[in-house]
Amino acid sequence: MRKNDLEKHVTGESLFADDINTPEGTLYAVVFDSPIAHARIVNLDISPAMISRGVAAVLTADDIPGVNQVGGIIPDESLFAEKETHFIGEPIALVIADTYLNAAIAAKKIKAGFEKLEIITDPREAFIKGKLIMPPRTFSRGSTDAAWRECRYIFEGKVDSGGQEHLYLETQGAIAIPGEGGRIRLISSTQSPTSVQKTVARVLDIPMNFVEVDVLRLGGGFGGKEDQATHWAVMAALAAYKLKKPVKLILSRIDDLRMTGKRHPYSSDFKIGLDDNLMMIAYEAVYYQNAGAVADLSPAILDRTLFHATNSYFIPNVKATGISCRTNLPPNTAFRGFGGPQGKFVIEAAIYKAAEELGIEPSVIQRKNLLKEGDIFHYGQAAKNCQAINCWNDAEQKFNYNELKAEAAEFNRNSTLIKKGISVMPICFGISFTNTFLNQAGALVHVYMDGSVGVSTAAVEMGQGVNEKIKTVVSQTFSINRDKVRVESTNTTRIANTSATAASSGADLNGNAAIIAAQNIRQRLLDFASGLPGYSSAVKPEIRDGEVFLGGEKTGLLWEDLILKAYQSRINLSSHALYATPGLHFDKETNTGNPFAYHVYGAAITTVSLDCLRGIYSIDSVRIVHDSGKSLDELIDRGQIEGALTQGIGWLTLEEVVHSPEGRLLSNSLSTYKVPDIYSAPKEIQVIFLEGSENDFGPLRSKAVGEPPLMYGIGAYFAIMNAMKAFRPGKVFGIDAPLTPEKVLTALYDKI
Amino acid sequence: MTENINFILNSALISTLIDPTITLLDFIREDRKLTGTKTGCREGDCGACTVLAGIYSGGTLTYKTVNSCLLPLGNIKGQHIVTIEGLSTEEISPVQKAFIEEGASQCGFCTPGFIVSLTGYLLSGGSSDRDKALDSIGGNICRCTGYSSIKRAADKVVKIFNSESYSGKTDIESLINTGLLPGYFKDIPARLAELQEKPQRVRAETDKFIGGGTDLYVQQPGKLREIRTEFLKGHIPETIDSEGGICRIGGGTTFEAMNSSPLLHSLFPEIEKYFRLIASLPIRNSATIGGNIVNASPIGDTTIIFLALDAWVELNSGTKKRTLPLKELYTGYKTLKIEKGEYLEYIGFYIPTGKYAFNFEKVSKRSHLDIASVNSAAFFEYSEGVITNARISAGGVSPVPLFLSKSSEFLAGKAISYETLSNTLGIMQTEILPISDVRGSGEYKRLLLNQLCKAHFISMFPEIIKEEALL
Repeated sequence: MRKNDLEKHVTGESLFADDINTPEGTLYAVVFDSPIAHARIVNLDISPAMISRGVAAVLTADDIPGVNQVGGIIPDESLFAEKETHFIGEPIALVIADTYLNAAIAAKKIKAGFEKLEIITDPREAFIKGKLIMPPRTFSRGSTDAAWRECRYIFEGKVDSGGQEHLYLETQGAIAIPGEGGRIRLISSTQSPTSVQKTVARVLDIPMNFVEVDVLRLGGGFGGKEDQATHWAVMAALAAYKLKKPVKLILSRIDDLRMTGKRHPYSSDFKIGLDDNLMMIAYEAVYYQNAGAVADLSPAILDRTLFHATNSYFIPNVKATGISCRTNLPPNTAFRGFGGPQGKFVIEAAIYKAAEELGIEPSVIQRKNLLKEGDIFHYGQAAKNCQAINCWNDAEQKFNYNELKAEAAEFNRNSTLIKKGISVMPICFGISFTNTFLNQAGALVHVYMDGSVGVSTAAVEMGQGVNEKIKTVVSQTFSINRDKVRVESTNTTRIANTSATAASSGADLNGNAAIIAAQNIRQRLLDFASGLPGYSSAVKPEIRDGEVFLGGEKTGLLWEDLILKAYQSRINLSSHALYATPGLHFDKETNTGNPFAYHVYGAAITTVSLDCLRGIYSIDSVRIVHDSGKSLDELIDRGQIEGALTQGIGWLTLEEVVHSPEGRLLSNSLSTYKVPDIYSAPKEIQVIFLEGSENDFGPLRSKAVGEPPLMYGIGAYFAIMNAMKAFRPGKVFGIDAPLTPEKVLTALYDKI
Repeated sequence: MTENINFILNSALISTLIDPTITLLDFIREDRKLTGTKTGCREGDCGACTVLAGIYSGGTLTYKTVNSCLLPLGNIKGQHIVTIEGLSTEEISPVQKAFIEEGASQCGFCTPGFIVSLTGYLLSGGSSDRDKALDSIGGNICRCTGYSSIKRAADKVVKIFNSESYSGKTDIESLINTGLLPGYFKDIPARLAELQEKPQRVRAETDKFIGGGTDLYVQQPGKLREIRTEFLKGHIPETIDSEGGICRIGGGTTFEAMNSSPLLHSLFPEIEKYFRLIASLPIRNSATIGGNIVNASPIGDTTIIFLALDAWVELNSGTKKRTLPLKELYTGYKTLKIEKGEYLEYIGFYIPTGKYAFNFEKVSKRSHLDIASVNSAAFFEYSEGVITNARISAGGVSPVPLFLSKSSEFLAGKAISYETLSNTLGIMQTEILPISDVRGSGEYKRLLLNQLCKAHFISMFPEIIKEEALL
């Protein structure tokens, strides 16, 4: 018996969607997609595929009983393209056959004729041509127009940041199993079971209670399975519904890379103003978000860019404008940080440029402008329990920042072709879905008559350790051994109306819901115990370490016995609870309010070595002070910090999503799209948890941890820039992430 | 094609008539329903499908890690294949324990691959250094952890290696006793001995020869089922010999066999450094020199190395043998002077005498397990500060792996100097025609080759060519 996920992982027993033994007769589906980024479909001939070996059916938009619509926020996305295609990889048809290989062979036989239309891949070009997902959004506070006059220094510039492939190791996929009377059961690799359920219902024209979605675990999600897991589940459901056979649809890696969206590339303009004391008093930014062909989650992602436009700095006059641009790329989507990293990268670039012009270190400006308690963000919320300065100071002191800096300078004096670079990166990240209504979660706790506990919540386990955290809070609420608690799969028949496991909020929302449900049962148990012979309501019983105590004394009544007695006395040993984060509100007209329950803070010091002969670099160390509140589990939180950091570094260094002008993904495999490996990850990562930070909103006073540390990765970009500067002190470099070895070398040397 | 494929999978004897071109990964997962081995990329770039292959030869059994997604069943005859299930018992192994204790697994999808790779590191024995442990997992991608916890777990595993109970013993009984292997391993050598088959002659009537399969199988499942194929493994030489001043390497020799060859080490002391930048350990364990050369990739790493050694290839069609200089083998992008039915039996080169220097440079987007943007090798013979004979090659700058003949000719008889370097750079630029692609713009590749040529000079002649002068 393996009780925790880690034991199952290391022995290979953990099951992912593709591992689940499917019923005999299961069919396999392969998607036929558009080979052209923008075209009218002139004709579509599926007949050669229909008669191909092993084929059971070929489905198109014509086969949809309900609505051909899978858009989340805005209904602008078809399941199957009908008249027009809008990106390479847009599904047109689904081929279902007896084996995966037969389905793949048949899909290649579909004949489609296209009439090419104008292809746009650049967001600024889309903006000029009026191709927008929605009207531009502006968040502002104070008056930048008035403040420019007060500025001693004003700097302007342009910043680009690239896309990022999620590269969850488990590709997208789902299995649909038809039940009686038109019911469908789905095993889906999704972060958002209810989105799958709702969309299947819409497309099949059946009520949601006919659709069951079950999620055991994901082999990584990172936001890529928040909205974009839905399509494949819906297709599998459609095929199963039509054919009355189980259907499995697992995307191959190349299909996944080609068909699914990534982190949004941004092209941005900034203008920053500082006074005599280097205080930032005005900041304007315009973000051109490359949304891809349809809205997906782009509007919400754009909002988070605007929320985090000033990172962890206080700037009294801010005007941040976001423009979501429609291009002919796959719809870009949620990715850890959700627009926040793009916003933070621009302000850090602005500070870097200002420092470069002023001939000072960026850290001077960064340190002076950190948020203080009570400072008002440009969206009207006050910084409460603000840890920005504490994190910075701790990092500076505990990691001997000044010594590190001096060491790098000394090294650079003695080395010609290898240069060291250093940077500091503070972060501040708001926790809560910025769509207030999503900040709710349900939990269902059962105590079985043998004393074992089953917990279901809306949270999806994808490696972030939410199940272990829920185990912790439930076992602590009951005060029983954690091995007694089992966290079940996420299932829409047990927990309805789930918000996606996203926005770093999984443990917060679901942990709090699980605590309430467990407390309900605990209270019933204590009330019941008070009525037992020998107990009185005067001395309140309590449960401690799996045993009932009375007046601080052991009673000998063990948890298991208490439960059995309670069951026999017909006490309700199950509870469902809902948690809704209190105090949240946000006005989408004025773009002000209290959108976040709290903020997560931190600071990272990064050192790098740059081989200026070859243009290659290594990340030597990243030292972090991170605010995790009262961490629920330091091993898990440390893993989240190290992993997110490395992903952030990957985004800004190696990971280059490349498209041709025709909208074709050129970095279309793992041999051309490189994520950090064990050698390119930081050689050393040191994490210290900020002491004395507690959080009223997190379960057991903890803080959310999933996304914020990704933004420490921005420090690597500026540390490499710092090393480049050491090699070419007089040269000014543009800011265009990712900073690949190619960009480094071509920046350091003249063209031949 | 109706011969049985016999091998042992974990503890089970497999004798199957299944199509030998299907991958081991598909066989394990679909036929045997062993789902601990994961499908991540089907191109050997993620390591989620890593398994151990135990090879019985000359009375000894050695295990190495391989990517099951690139390994056809036809290449595992008589081997012991071990998946994560075959390493797991009710008791958690010390490697598994290290991962649990350090939280070195998050989503869990990549984890079995890491466990298999690190177990392979212990099985391969002979070294207790951290570098080797990390190299063993250099081909495993984890998207969750950032590798820090994995490195901590690997450090613990290295400690196991150095612990008293283990003390580097790699015989199977010791490994069973320390809980690293399940008990059934005890009988494997005897069971494998019975499975060994006599090597057969290569059948030339084929559309495609399959060597290690590490390139042919990249994202091509099913494709090789449609054509006639012939497996070279076991049929062609895998030896590295020197005789009469000539070094000959069998076409079936794996990259890792070259990497660990004492002869090649003595000729090229830095060879390990070069191979560390080439593919990953599981791929090096399967990929063959013959395959890399015949594949004709303009950026093939070992091709570039052998071009600088002025190597020749020995081709065999079963009825006819012939020899061709490597630099004359390629006629255009992915085209070469090999006729249908011919396979590469040997690659050979003259063992240098006198004073010489060799250097290999490779720059790719990611330093490890990546295809080069540009790679280059240089071989210089010299005497008293003068280059007597020079050969430089470069990949990624032309439709074929390029021997830089003009630059090489120019260098002969020149003094080792900045001026020589500078003039060489100029000539070199006239010999190349790099195109812009996903590995870099043409302009970048021109610049990069310049830099790599400078790196050759700095690395080979650090006494004369100083880095300060090359700004």
